[in-house]
Amino acid sequence: MNSDTLSATFQAVADPTRRTILARLAQGEATVQELAEPLPISQPAVSKHLKVLERAGLIERRREAQRRWCRLQARPLREVAVWATEFQQYWDESFERLDELLEEEKKRGRNEKTP
Amino acid sequence: MITTPNDTEIRIERLFDAPRNLVFRAYTDPKLVSQWMGPRKYKMTIEQMDVRPGGRWHFTHIDTDGTKYGFHGEFREIVRPERIVQTWNFEGMPGESLQTVLFEEHNGRTTVKSIVKFENKEHRDGMLASNMESGLNEGYDRLDDLLRTPH
Repeated sequence: MNSDTLSATFQAVADPTRRTILARLAQGEATVQELAEPLPISQPAVSKHLKVLERAGLIERRREAQRRWCRLQARPLREVAVWATEFQQYWDESFERLDELLEEEKKRGRNEKTP
Repeated sequence: MITTPNDTEIRIERLFDAPRNLVFRAYTDPKLVSQWMGPRKYKMTIEQMDVRPGGRWHFTHIDTDGTKYGFHGEFREIVRPERIVQTWNFEGMPGESLQTVLFEEHNGRTTVKSIVKFENKEHRDGMLASNMESGLNEGYDRLDDLLRTPH
């Protein structure tokens, strides 16, 4: 796990506008204009967000016939998703093990009291 | 149960069928901690566990492929058998979090409330990525599979 990549990804997805953009790109490639249209902010502001997403490696940009296209890059998001899922699984599995350990310790306590 | 009461916290609450003296011991006796903390597939080594205010702790999970995940921090408060306050660092991840664990007993059963406070929202969301989960839609199937919680 590369922590630099993860930090950049966390920072990139911490902003609601950028999450909206990512959600739109999850449906497929879009032009900058298409991305800006439903958003209540100016196109330069959208471009700024796109730059952050590009630096984090979350999107790829290309130009074609005067249009600027953006597309989602899956890998960094997947790394974060794996990590987030692991956080929950970590505690779920730990607590199941703790249940078992507590049962054993309770039994041991009872046995010690009745020699 | 995992919840996010505000921008920088994660709360985890769990009921255990045991008195709190025993649950507290399971959290503070290294011999017991190494038997439950973390996924079964990991081997766990506890390098240090000095359970008193200012005492350091350090443990390592070793995955089946040999990958090591190190955690360390400091105990800030120890109130037996009610409360543990300790800092957490996951080696290789940004930020330090502060964890308060409360043990409440009712009729011989113990509720453990764990409040993890992060330095800022980015670190918290990084840990949980819950906002990302709701922000992305079904069209993104592969990611969706990964984000699905095991419940």
